[in-house]
Amino acid sequence: MTPDPLVPAKAGTQAGPGAHANRLGSRLRGNERWGGWWVAAIPYLWLLLFFAVPFVLVAKLSLSHTVLAIPPYAPRLDLGQGWAGLAAFARALSFETYARLAHDRLYLAAYLSSLRFAAEATAILLAIGYPIAYGIARHPSGQRQGLVLAVMLPFWTSFLIRIYAWIAILKPAGLLNQALAILHLPPLTLLNTDAGVLIGLVYAYLPFMVLPLYAVLERQDESLIEAARDLGCTPTQAFWRVTVPLSWPGVAAGALLCFIPMVGEFVIPDLLGGSSTLMLGRTLWTEFFADRDWPAASAVAIALLATLAIPIALFQRQQARVLR
Amino acid sequence: MTRGPSTFNRLSVALGLAFLYAPIVLLVVYSFNASRLVTVWGGVSTRWYAALAHDGAMLDAIGVSLRVGLVSASLATVLGLLAAMTLTRGGRFAGRGLFAGMIYAPLVLPEVVLGLSLLLLFVALGLPRGIWTVTLSHTTVTLCYAAVVIQARLADLDPSLEEAAQDLGCPPATAFVKVTLPIVAPAIAAAWMLALTLSLDDLVVASFTSGPGATTLPMRLYSQVRLGVNPEINAVSTLLIGAVATAVTLAGVWRRRRGR
Repeated sequence: MTPDPLVPAKAGTQAGPGAHANRLGSRLRGNERWGGWWVAAIPYLWLLLFFAVPFVLVAKLSLSHTVLAIPPYAPRLDLGQGWAGLAAFARALSFETYARLAHDRLYLAAYLSSLRFAAEATAILLAIGYPIAYGIARHPSGQRQGLVLAVMLPFWTSFLIRIYAWIAILKPAGLLNQALAILHLPPLTLLNTDAGVLIGLVYAYLPFMVLPLYAVLERQDESLIEAARDLGCTPTQAFWRVTVPLSWPGVAAGALLCFIPMVGEFVIPDLLGGSSTLMLGRTLWTEFFADRDWPAASAVAIALLATLAIPIALFQRQQARVLR
Repeated sequence: MTRGPSTFNRLSVALGLAFLYAPIVLLVVYSFNASRLVTVWGGVSTRWYAALAHDGAMLDAIGVSLRVGLVSASLATVLGLLAAMTLTRGGRFAGRGLFAGMIYAPLVLPEVVLGLSLLLLFVALGLPRGIWTVTLSHTTVTLCYAAVVIQARLADLDPSLEEAAQDLGCPPATAFVKVTLPIVAPAIAAAWMLALTLSLDDLVVASFTSGPGATTLPMRLYSQVRLGVNPEINAVSTLLIGAVATAVTLAGVWRRRRGR
């Protein structure tokens, strides 16, 4: 636990980590490519202050308890009292909030249903995204770039707006049910249901599934399929035994890229889900904004992070491999 | 792959694109609907655009979003360029793993977690929440995207180009500015646009880190959407989509020109 959020950031420019920055600097000057250690130090310190330190604060707050005050939590660290203040602060921290959350059925249900939503949506995304990515990769190279751009383009338009568009489609008297009525089909109840949330998740994350899949499929060597065919494979067998196994890195990248943020998704369950749709992102939001229970919101955030740590580590390893 | 697409291939691409674009097309079409009921067609009208022009709160929100977006995207691009240089050319230094982790983690971390953690930082520092705290937060999140975009281009770059410039007497900094920067420029432009788009689009991080008087456009839209579907939202959305489409087209044209 860091006693003061500013300490690690300041130290970086002076004593201990500063020496490391100088060592780094000398190696860079050795390269004679670009100007000095500050190139690394500026973004490094920025991320330490605005990314690493805040996470320590979240962890600290999850061990605190709520009080009616501004800000609404205790204990607060008083550095003016030196070690005594720090000791008193450390004694007042407790795992009480976690115990409270663990005994509340609602949190457990939200936790499990977040994972279920993300897993189901990832499976559907793979089933839909793979044929799209494969289809694009099979187009002549002149057309591929345009098709990839077409898949990417919706990502550039507002996420909130695209989810909002689905409300008008999925509403009981919405556009989908109007279309079904024309076809003499029974209406569907989708808005404010779990099915609505799944549709929203699949819609919003589809580009993130298609692109990594396309990246591996596009590079695949055609002669491997021909070899499989020459050795007596049917086209279907060649697809399942050559194309699919070789596309595994794309499948892993796409699945992780979608699964991780979907577990903590807030906007989609909030706008398309019903009052009974439980997801951790929404729970955190409600704890923070409606109940003003900052320790509970922090504990939920830590639970989310702990759950996502392994998928995120896998994702980073994947990224590192791509970089090399 | 060189074989032509089969009917199944064509069909899956066509259906996929239809799925991606149908909601956007419907949203745009219904922004010109005369009826107040969003899903009932009542003839063509531009009344919601006229209503928008008199919606002071919405116009204020657009102003706040633009200010936050332009400042944070510019800061994020500079920081992202430095981070990308560190990642591609920094070699192996102590703490490189932590640095790379801090670059990649925000790309996948849930926004609610990022928003909450940044808010706690501002509370701990005693900074009053407002337009500047949102700007700092957006800079932090989008600098990671900028770094990844620029880094991909830097990694492809042939280092011998810069070395050649230095052999010909260029100081390292000048060689970087005169040789590397022009080659990386399209990636820098793309990173800036991506950062701007992400900032203009962000609801969650802004909701946590914003204060009174600094309502961004997504925050305003969200509070309206919570009250129900409203044709004025369709009109704002259509304008936003139009702006994005124009920007993407211009960027494409610029790229093609450079390519020649």
